[in-house]
Formats: sequence, structure tokens, C-alpha cells
Amino acid sequence: MVDVRSGIGEAVPPAEVEDVELYHPHSWWTRYVFSQDAKVIAIQYATTAIAIGMVALVLSWLMRLQLGFPDTFTFIDADRYYQFITMHGMIMVIYLLTALFLGGFGNYLIPLMVGARDMVFPYANMLSYWIYLLAVLVLAASFFAPGGPTGAGWTLYPPQAILSNTPGGRDWGIILMLSSLVIFIIGFTMGGLNYVVTVLQGRARGMTLMRMPLTVWGIITATVMALLAFPALFVACVMMLFDRLLGTSFFMPAIAEMGEQLQYGGGSPILFQHLFWFFGHPEVYIVALPAFGIVSDLISTHARKNIFGYRMMVWAIVVIGALSFVVWAHHMYVSGMNPYFGFFFATTTLIIAVPTAIKVYNWVLTLWRGDIHLTLPMLFALAFIVTFVNGGLTGLFLGNVVVDVPLSDTMFVVAHFHMVMGVAPILVIFGAIYHWYPKVTGRMLNEALGQLHFWITFLGAYAIFFPMHYLGLAGVPRRYHDLGDASFVTDSVHSLNAFISVAALIVGAAQIVFLFNLAWSLRHGREAGGNPWRATTLEWQTPETPPPHGNWGKELPVVYRWAYDYSVPGAPEDFIPQNQPAPGRVTHEAAS
Amino acid sequence: MTVVVVFLGVIAVIIGWWLAQQRLASKPWLEVGHTHDHRGNEPVPAAKIGLGVFLVVVGALFTLFISAYFMRMASSDWSPLPLPRFLWINTGILALSSVTLHWAKVEAERRNDEAARTSLLVAFAAGLAFLVGQLFAWRALSSAGYFLTSSPANSFFYMLTAMHGLHIVGGLAALGRVTLRTWDAPIDSQRRLSIGLCATYWHFMLAVWLVLFALFSGWANDVVDLCRQLLT
Repeated sequence: MVDVRSGIGEAVPPAEVEDVELYHPHSWWTRYVFSQDAKVIAIQYATTAIAIGMVALVLSWLMRLQLGFPDTFTFIDADRYYQFITMHGMIMVIYLLTALFLGGFGNYLIPLMVGARDMVFPYANMLSYWIYLLAVLVLAASFFAPGGPTGAGWTLYPPQAILSNTPGGRDWGIILMLSSLVIFIIGFTMGGLNYVVTVLQGRARGMTLMRMPLTVWGIITATVMALLAFPALFVACVMMLFDRLLGTSFFMPAIAEMGEQLQYGGGSPILFQHLFWFFGHPEVYIVALPAFGIVSDLISTHARKNIFGYRMMVWAIVVIGALSFVVWAHHMYVSGMNPYFGFFFATTTLIIAVPTAIKVYNWVLTLWRGDIHLTLPMLFALAFIVTFVNGGLTGLFLGNVVVDVPLSDTMFVVAHFHMVMGVAPILVIFGAIYHWYPKVTGRMLNEALGQLHFWITFLGAYAIFFPMHYLGLAGVPRRYHDLGDASFVTDSVHSLNAFISVAALIVGAAQIVFLFNLAWSLRHGREAGGNPWRATTLEWQTPETPPPHGNWGKELPVVYRWAYDYSVPGAPEDFIPQNQPAPGRVTHEAAS
Repeated sequence: MTVVVVFLGVIAVIIGWWLAQQRLASKPWLEVGHTHDHRGNEPVPAAKIGLGVFLVVVGALFTLFISAYFMRMASSDWSPLPLPRFLWINTGILALSSVTLHWAKVEAERRNDEAARTSLLVAFAAGLAFLVGQLFAWRALSSAGYFLTSSPANSFFYMLTAMHGLHIVGGLAALGRVTLRTWDAPIDSQRRLSIGLCATYWHFMLAVWLVLFALFSGWANDVVDLCRQLLT
């Protein structure tokens, strides 16, 4: 039998987790709009993130139209192009991916997965969402401000970010962008405190750290990282706002513009880069770690097999989180640095590949001889593994200083980071939505539409980003509005660019199918029941689906086993829920 | 960035120390039934942990500002700022505020409600006085010709005092709420906890202020130089 050591623990009295007194909403407004229920807040976060993400998607269409068919769309001039690049990047990384993974999935899954009734500070949690919404609105307002949004690039490097030749540099664009980021960080901190303290204090009886699903491990590690990394962006934004609005010279060197000497002097643009990337690199893993965690659970559930090397997976998540704080300067190889620093940062960068590779091996070994069901969540999870490996391998190229320097300003970098932190996490988000939608709404998403969405998105993403690597190696620079007639730009580059653009339009359009599916299935989807995937984790064991306010009805669940008891030999079913006691034993519950 | 890396190192040690007690090497797949849930029977209040995590975030924020300060200081246009005498008085006031809050906490625990209320009021008034004092310090500086943009040291001084001041304002809001709540009702365990949390926050902001003060007055540089010499 499997439970060799069951019984050992039963001598130890279980730690009591006090049931909390819940806040009860009294009106429609406090139930659905100004709600303090983490599940409602999660849906609000997700809806807002997807809405602003659609704006970023349209921006990428516009960029691709310009790159694929230059001189055709005259309204996309160089300024507009830079504004599109900047807003696309910033929205996708911060306002979509970070907000959706931590604010969306974090809020929905953490309380349900650890067996809590709600987050520990529901009021701060509600504020967190409304402040996030304010940040999104301030950002969106910059589209309508005089001069338009900032075109400084998503890294917002000074001095160019606040000079007059950059779109929005002397207008409202940059001010709104920086303010929006500051607001976002304040809002996130409120949410982040909640996620951390809920995992520390809100776990159900028996839910030890090592019994938590990897989704919770991923989200919580990412949250801790975000709490420590976002202050760097906060500091950078505040100091740049001082430079722009009050005329200080934190980042601004002595500089002449249009033949005129500006007031600035002595500041250090490199200082900004350090602060920005001190946030920027952990940010990659803030997005990646929740994806790692979620994909582990999807694979285990849909391959009906326990996750291979659970402990190693947990350790790898923690180690990746720690290491990602000491690699930031690999984004600054071309800014110039002491060669010893370059060596140090190249080494730490490559070392991160070790825990990451462990995770990939463990996913593959979980699949090995599993009972793989090619459901939609599983398809997306498999697509994630492939994409993440692809994007990760080009990361090994770019982590080396000597290889990075010639490739740094080419499309190769664009292809790399879109594969590894664009496409890969988005695939996980899709998989996760297909997986948890039945719990959120009580209905399944439409399978046929889902298949259509998956194949177009997956193959289309490769049609977009694989050729881009080639473009990069051919020397096509990134951030160029128009390649012009430079001699190194061959005809094949132009036709590939047109091909990529057509693929991008199609993939973008496929997302409309997804959105339609989300809306259509709400009413017309097949009834899901409480546990359609026959999964072990606590969120599938709620007495009602969708879970009501308070999640668990009268009594909090008690956890007796880890999250991955699939296909246990001798068990009557191929999964054993976490809250099912050991068979044939007088448990604490039964005795009392 | 050395300062912030050291700060994160300390945080990493704390997290690692805590994780080391969480049986991360256990084999959960073999342990069915209740096992070793290592949370004690007297759980730490969630608000206390929440404040602790928040203070780490605030700590990271100020450490990053200080890192930026040191990096910007390396430029050639750096000239230190003569600190107004006034700041000594302000420091004293903030320390007084911190001490009275601690006293409020002790009195509340001794069930001396009246004394606790009085000291809460004194602490609040002292916090307010500190803020006013900071404004006077700004005025003294600007009337002596040290404006925000006239040198990078000035810029940092105004920005960091403003940042610290904003945190004090937030603390005063919380402290004001707690004071009002304790006013007309006996101080129960919930309110005792609130007073304790306010005191912790206040001690932390005092510590931040002392570090900033040391930074502005140049002592921090001497310490850093000493560390550098010890290392090389």
C-alpha cells in the first residue's frame, strides 16, 4: 500500500485553524461591484486585464501592418509606431500578465486551494483591485492626452524618455505612464500582502506547505518576488517624475536639445537602468513562476499521474526566485560594464537554467507513461512546454556576453522574449482558463471552439516567432519603424515580414473566437458538475459550484494528503481528493 | 546596488531560516493522514504578519532609494548639503513619539486604559509636530538658497524626506483611527493589538529616519568607507 507512514502523524494533534468571521455583503453593489470576496475580485482583475490586453493586441496588429507592408498605412508614422511598441510592451507585461496571474489566478485559487474562506484582509484586497483599475484608466487616458502616449520603449530609458523628440516626452504621455506604474505598484502591494499572509495563516487544517499544490507555490513565490522587486520600479518612476516635472537631475546628464543647453546636468542614465532591471528581470519570473506552477497541476491532472519530483519542483521554484535577483545586469551588457561584472552576471544567468531544466525534465517525466487525456488544458500545457524550451534555448545564446552584443539590437531578442515570456505564459493562461472555467461558472467551455482556438494560436505563434529568429540572425534591427533600402535587407526579409504580419493578424483574430467562447459558454456550455476533471485539489471539492461566498459551507475542509494522489494502486478511483481521510482508519474526525 | 543586495541577502536568510523549519525535505506522498502541521496552538495574528511583510516592502523601497543615493553620489557634481540644526530637534520629537507609543502599548497591556489613551494622544501630537518640523526644515533650507534642483544632494534630501513624510502621514492616519477607537470603549485585545502594531510601525519609521539622517549628514559614508576598507 501507499500509505506506509500514515498513522505516524495521527498521534500528533492537528493544529487548529480558527474559522474566521466573514464579512457579509448586504446589497447588489457590495456583492458584485465593491465586493470583498476574493473570487469576485479575481474575476474583476481578470476581466480588466483581458480588456486592456485586447488593446495591446490591436497595437501589435498595427505594428505588424507597418512592418509587413511598409508605406501602405500612412497613419502609422514613426512616432505612432514607437507609441504602439511602448504601450504594447508595458500593457502586456505589467497590466495583463502580472495582473492576470497574481490578481486573477492568485485571488481565485489561493483561498480555494489552501482551504480558506477568503483572503485574510478582504478590504485591502478590494482596494487593491480598484487601485489597479485606476492605474489602467490612467494608462489608457494617455491615448487621449495631448501628444499621445509615451513612445520611449517599454524600458522607458532616460534621457530620451523625457526629451521632446520622443513622443509624449514633453507632453502628458510619460507623466501618465509613470504615474500609472506608481499607482499599480501601490495597488499590487495591497494584494500581494494578502496573498502572502493568506498562504502563511489561512491554510486549512493539515495543509502543510509540502501539501500545497504547485500552483500555490508558484503564485506565492512570484508574489514575494514582486513585493521585493516592484519597489525598484517605484523608485525609478518617482525619480523620473521628479526629473520630468520638477527639473531635478537624478538620471539626466548635461544634454543639449535642438542646439539648446537644457537645465539638466550630472545625472546617470545607467542608474535608471540598474533600478529598472533590478525590477525587470525578476518580473520575467514573476510571470513565469505562476505559469510553472499552474502547468504542473494541469499536466498532473490531465495525465492522471502524480507530479514527478514534487519536492524538487518546490525547491526549483524557490531557487529560481532567489537567483532571479542577481542576474539583472545581463540586460545591460551593451550599456558597458566592468568585464568582471559581465562575467558574474553571465554565470548567474546560465546557472538559472539548471533549476529551470529540472522543472522541464519533471514535466516530461510526469507525462512519461501517464494516462494522457488530450483535453484543452492539456493541449495548452504541452504547447507551453515546447514553447518554453524553445524560448529558453535562445536565452542561453543571449546570456553570453559575446553572443549577446551582436544580437542585442536585432529581431532575435524580440523572438526570444516573446517565445519565453510572451507566448509561453499566455498559453498557460489559456490552459488555466479552460481548466478552471467550469469551477468559476459551473459550465464547460465549448470543445470545438476551443480546439480551433488552440491550433490557430499554437501553430500561428510559431509562424510568427520562428521566422523572427532568422530575421534577427540576418541582422534586421528591432525598434525600426521602416527598414528602408539598406543593402543587407534582402527580399526574403521583406517577404518573411509580410508572412509574419499575416500570421499575426490571424492569431489575433483567433482570440475573438476565445472571447466568444467565454461569453457563449456562460449560458450555453455543458453543465460541468463539481469536479469535471476528477481532480484532487481542494478547489474541486467545494460543496457548491460555483463556490459561494465563504467557499466551504458550514465546515472548513481538513487535508489528509498531498495534491497529487492520481492513479493510486488499489484505490477505487483514479484520484483521491486531498480532503479524503486515509482508508480504514479511525481518524480524528470520526472519533470526535 | 550593493546596499539593496545586502538587504535582500538578509531577507533571503530570514526566508530560508523560516523555510528550513517547514519540513521541505519531507515526502508528502508517503504521509497520509494528519501530519506534522507545525503551526502552534497560539497562532500569530494575521495583522502582525501582514505588517511585518509590509515593513519588508517599505524597507526594500528605502534601501533602493539609498542605493540610488550612493550611485548618484559618485558623480562629479556632488556637493553635500549643510543640514539645518532644526533636524536634531525633529529627530528628538520623532524619538519621543516612538517612545510614547511604546509606553502606550505597555500601559494597554497592563490594563491602564487611561494612561494608554493619554500616551496615544501625546504620540499622535508628536508625530504631527515632526511633520511640521520637517516643513520648517524645508523652509530653512530653501531660504538659505538650497533649492530642490540646485544640487543632487538637495534633490535627494527633499525627495527622501518627502517619501518618509508620506509614510508618517499614513502612519498618523492609522494611529488617529486607533486613538479614536480606544476613546470611548475599554481597550480590548483587538485594540491592544492595533496599538502594538502602530508602535512597531513607528519604531520602524524612526529607524528609517535615523538611517536617512546619518546618510544626509555624511556619517553613513564613513561607515561605508570603513566597510570597504575592511573588505579590501
